[in-house]
Amino acid sequence: MLSRVAESIYWMSRYLERAQNIARLIDVHGQLVLDQPRVNPQDHWAALLHASCNYDAFLESHPTPGPESAFHFLAFDSEHTGSMLNCISYARENARGVREILSGEFWEQINALYHEVNDASTKDASSAQLQHECFFSRVKALGLSFEGIVNGTMSQQEEALWFRIGQLLERADQTSRILDVKYFVLLPSSEDVGTPLDQIQWSGLLRSISALQVYRSEYGAITPANVVELLVLGRRFPRAILYCVTEADSALRQILGTQAGFFRNEAEQLLGQLTSELNYQTVDNVLANGLHEYIDRFQNLLTDVGEAVHSTYFTH
Amino acid sequence: MLDMLSSPYQTESFHDEMYLPDGTPHPWAGQLHQALAAMPKSELAARQLRAERALFDMGITFNVYDNDEATEKIFPIDLIPRLVDGVEWDETELGLKQRIRALNLFIDDVYHEQRIIKEGIVPAEIVETAEGYYSACRGLKPPGGIWCHITGTDLVRDDSGQLTVLEDNLRCPSGVSYALANRDQMKRTFPQLFSSSGVRPISNYPSLLLDTLNQMARTGVLRPNVAILTPGRYNSAYFEHSFLAQEMGCNLIEGSDLVVQDGFVWMRTTRGLEKVDVIYRRINDDYLDPKVFQPDSVLGVPGLMSVFAKGNVSLVNAPGTGVADDKVIYAYVPDMIRFYLSEEPILPNVETYLCWRDADRQHVLENLDKLVVKAANEAGGYGMLIGPHSTRKEQEKFAGLITAKPRNYIAQPTLKLSRAPVLVGEELEGRHLDLRPFILHGREEINVMSGGLTRVALTKGSLVVNSSQGGGSKDTWVVDSGGASC
Repeated sequence: MLSRVAESIYWMSRYLERAQNIARLIDVHGQLVLDQPRVNPQDHWAALLHASCNYDAFLESHPTPGPESAFHFLAFDSEHTGSMLNCISYARENARGVREILSGEFWEQINALYHEVNDASTKDASSAQLQHECFFSRVKALGLSFEGIVNGTMSQQEEALWFRIGQLLERADQTSRILDVKYFVLLPSSEDVGTPLDQIQWSGLLRSISALQVYRSEYGAITPANVVELLVLGRRFPRAILYCVTEADSALRQILGTQAGFFRNEAEQLLGQLTSELNYQTVDNVLANGLHEYIDRFQNLLTDVGEAVHSTYFTH
Repeated sequence: MLDMLSSPYQTESFHDEMYLPDGTPHPWAGQLHQALAAMPKSELAARQLRAERALFDMGITFNVYDNDEATEKIFPIDLIPRLVDGVEWDETELGLKQRIRALNLFIDDVYHEQRIIKEGIVPAEIVETAEGYYSACRGLKPPGGIWCHITGTDLVRDDSGQLTVLEDNLRCPSGVSYALANRDQMKRTFPQLFSSSGVRPISNYPSLLLDTLNQMARTGVLRPNVAILTPGRYNSAYFEHSFLAQEMGCNLIEGSDLVVQDGFVWMRTTRGLEKVDVIYRRINDDYLDPKVFQPDSVLGVPGLMSVFAKGNVSLVNAPGTGVADDKVIYAYVPDMIRFYLSEEPILPNVETYLCWRDADRQHVLENLDKLVVKAANEAGGYGMLIGPHSTRKEQEKFAGLITAKPRNYIAQPTLKLSRAPVLVGEELEGRHLDLRPFILHGREEINVMSGGLTRVALTKGSLVVNSSQGGGSKDTWVVDSGGASC
């Protein structure tokens, strides 16, 4: 496959996943606020902005931040490169350049998603109003549909693999960010640990990555260690970090047909190392040296993988 | 005859592709006429709407540029097919084949011996000042001596009813994807009518195109790697590039995907470099290779021409083909046919005044209000003056342009282009149209698409059919039934 085409599919997929993630965060957030009358709404949005890695950019352009401006910034701000609208728009532009590779269904759906979000952005509706109209659930559902369209209508060769690699690497990144934020911003104080408030927050976090049901059926009562175990070291949950890197590793090796346990280039090497490190990890170990430190290191390694993928497959 | 219409269809004083002046259909259009008459008027309008919706959903669009912003528009389709009698078409095909054979011999001659210049048939300065002429192409030998593999010839019919060649598009003619998409749409919209009408198929065009491209690979390459080179997604014809790539199952590449190494052209893939054997390029010569043509071009590939000159990659159409696209050169095509083929032209040219000739220029300047003036190297309906529809000011502007650069302008009589009925709301009205068949010149044989893209000026009275200027299109049906018999 042409490097440019592979790169476009990879980025299209990453942007779609990122946009979907913003929709999830905003969606869950709206419900979470209502359950926590004690917490200042401002702090909530700060947490959300941290989770999507946008806090500093937001403060720069908004000297007096408020909940609605934060919402608009995350969802629709065309000046803000990380907004949901921009992510979808970048995904669509990448798709436009590889239309001959995508199925007609895919192209139609990405247009439908773009128009849904773009139309909403011009209506100047409040977050509560859009929540009421189930806007974010719709965006989330549209976002989820791409995987089905790729599997059901497109050639299961490199195009499907690059779509999957982009999606999984982005997902691993997003899950790690959400987890990181919860630990550092939302946890009010040590005396709140184990209280109903803490439970609400943890379940909110799980819900934002569609993990609550899976968690309940596997672990029952919520404890931070178990949540970390599921989200970092889960092998069967599709948004768990270990699951994502394992699947990404397998998809990446399929591009050149490299056997498991072997590598032919730096990208395969780095991703293989990362996967096997997580494979032999325990949650006690992760927490022992501090979750934040662990995630920080993980994100750096993931960035290295991304760069190696670029230099190996796209810009050689 | 046309009792289905509240106000009867008027052919007025024009030759009509469907009806005779008395309102009866041409013999081959009888069946279509009856089918339309039997259909409730609202039904036609409803089908028209559905067809347009389908084109939009499928993204069969072109880009229009305005104030730096590109918008996607559908190329409007009119549901009433344009019929061509099979007997007439057979003759037209012969004429088109004859023409492209002569044009290919001309291009090859111009870049080699220049016999036609030495014999005094075409002046050397006309050839050398043609915008599509590149001295860098002198002595090149494209495979099989074929320079122009893909042509879109514009045919018009005037008052006399004779199909006439308006221009030869030999560089990167576009529109074939719309012809194919229109046909698809028509089969869906009128399945019964279609199956009983004896319409010659066109759906084999992508296969024929792929065959033609494969044949152009250098000898010894068994399974050539064929690719379409596009200027990119912002080009107005990008839909067509990606459509053809999809239909032929070949790669759609941009200049930045290619690299010249070790005397070959390679594309960058996720598994390393892969050799490219045949490039159907939809980029004009000027942008093809910054080392030879425009040095600031970022669309092309540095070194591409040297690989082509060595015969290590085939370019379709070959660079330099545009010399025969010049509208002054066009005027000499009948002479070329006589010179190279010793045959009389089957398809006539439109009478053409060449402004570089003093007598012609004189006549043109005195009759600007009656003639159509065209810049010799413009396409897409730009750089044109339609005398009878122009203001005095526009005529003065063109008089100045012609006097300054007579070589760059030609003039032709304003043709009374033929018309055909189009659906306006629920009624039929006559609109002017032309026809662009596509011709593929392979090593062994020449294939002509049965019909082609009929472009129609949707604005009442307008003679400009270009998509960029308010034109639409119709499916073209070459019918063999003789119509009346069934």
